[in-house]
Amino acid sequence: MSIKGKAYIAGIYEHPSRKALDKTLPQLHAEIAKGVLEDAGLTKDDVDGYFCAGDAPGLGPINMIEYLGLNNVRHMDSTETGGSSYIVHVNHAAQAIAAGHCSVALITLAGRPVADAKEGKSARFYSPDAPDLPFEMPYRFNVVNMYAMCAMRHMHEYGTTSEQLAWIKVAASHHAQHNEHAKLRDVVTVEDVVNSPMIADPLHRMDCCVVTDGGGGLLVVSPEVAKSLKRPLVKVLGAGEAPKHLAGGDVDLTYSGACWSGPKAFEEAGVKPTDIKYASIYDSFTITVLETLEDLGFCEKGKGGAFVSDGNLISGVGKLPFNTDGGGLCNNHPGNRGGMTKVIEAARQIRGEAHPKVQVPNCDIALAHGTGGLLGARMGSATLILGSEAA
Amino acid sequence: MSTGQKSKPRLIVNSENKPYWEGAARGQLLIKKCNDCGKVHYYPRSICPHCFADNTAFVEASGDGVIYSYSVTRQAKPPYVIAYVTIDEGVSMLTNIVDCDVEKVHIGQRVKVSFVEAEEGYALPVFTPA
Repeated sequence: MSIKGKAYIAGIYEHPSRKALDKTLPQLHAEIAKGVLEDAGLTKDDVDGYFCAGDAPGLGPINMIEYLGLNNVRHMDSTETGGSSYIVHVNHAAQAIAAGHCSVALITLAGRPVADAKEGKSARFYSPDAPDLPFEMPYRFNVVNMYAMCAMRHMHEYGTTSEQLAWIKVAASHHAQHNEHAKLRDVVTVEDVVNSPMIADPLHRMDCCVVTDGGGGLLVVSPEVAKSLKRPLVKVLGAGEAPKHLAGGDVDLTYSGACWSGPKAFEEAGVKPTDIKYASIYDSFTITVLETLEDLGFCEKGKGGAFVSDGNLISGVGKLPFNTDGGGLCNNHPGNRGGMTKVIEAARQIRGEAHPKVQVPNCDIALAHGTGGLLGARMGSATLILGSEAA
Repeated sequence: MSTGQKSKPRLIVNSENKPYWEGAARGQLLIKKCNDCGKVHYYPRSICPHCFADNTAFVEASGDGVIYSYSVTRQAKPPYVIAYVTIDEGVSMLTNIVDCDVEKVHIGQRVKVSFVEAEEGYALPVFTPA
């Protein structure tokens, strides 16, 4: 069963906080739920589906549905694929709506890693029962050095350079200057990026996303509900999700699960990469964007470096405007999970509600892509294609 | 031999992986081989991830390999090298490259296994330039 045209994104909300010392984690979820319902023009009693991921406390939906006071939920989903979870949620919500299991699905994400660190809470870490952990933790892996190895190998195989990766951050910074909520609003140059401190070769500090508190929410609704509301229509055209893993020791860090999630989403939507007017691409690191763009077919494998160079990702300048909110590299990466904000900005672009300086003219087809886990290694990819009513 | 960490690494030892760590303590790098499909895998599992047979056994690897990719974590004092090494048996494993000039580590470099003492008498396989 295809989800094309079977669901719409009727509400979006991005929490303005980047440092939430005065808010609890459930409180952030609640403020987001309130914000997204107000954006759509619906009430909590209209919500009959609820989705959250591992950032939600307790047993996820069980605790949050009670805390939020949702009384009409008949469909729950706590799919956890790391930062891509919320893009998977949109796919699953659309499937549930198409199957008649719910008609107003609320998805929330919140996190406060900055406040948690300040309060001395240790970073959230997955279960010690994870079978891979005994063979990886002793070598002091972390998210930066693992993504760095992807970049190192990509450079080795394809000649990709640090300067090319830097263009991704440069483009994000050009967009972030217009976003009053962005954590980093200064426009940076390629030289700034390659001269910033080396964190894990070959990734510099400016190749890495920000760490912020906050979060965001989405309301996915049936066509009947969407058409009864006053907001511009954002139609779900297609989606794909795919795990990628190390296959018993067959390691190839130069590509991601986007190789599979992308084609599925494009096929369902009936569009090609060249039809995409705007792309939200998960940007935990610059290399995440580069490999994803190749894997989604925006350029040939190995040619990502040339594709992102010379401002090609800058709105109004290049061929593929990306992350016009400033993305994870400059705006926010709430709870270390960037998938939610990718969908939010793609929906803004379809609505025509992005900042006027970065709004893509006649943006009728947009893509949002999420990366969960470790790029190229053990990961969950998710791709979503959205369109205007005419698309 | 050390990984550059101040204290001995503390390993996560369980009933499924214990023979691996005991092998390392004896100076052996063990990988799993499936007696049904004949394929090797890493990290070791009781059920073969290739054919799903529950007929796997630990076998000793040569301990020789080549660096597939690596990174130097510069913020650590001293900086350390994390790497994926593809051993000659064909599987790649996450590891550290130790006792090396961190500025000279490179993809394609030949390396050989070595062992670092861990807590409780176990040992951790690492690699050094061959």
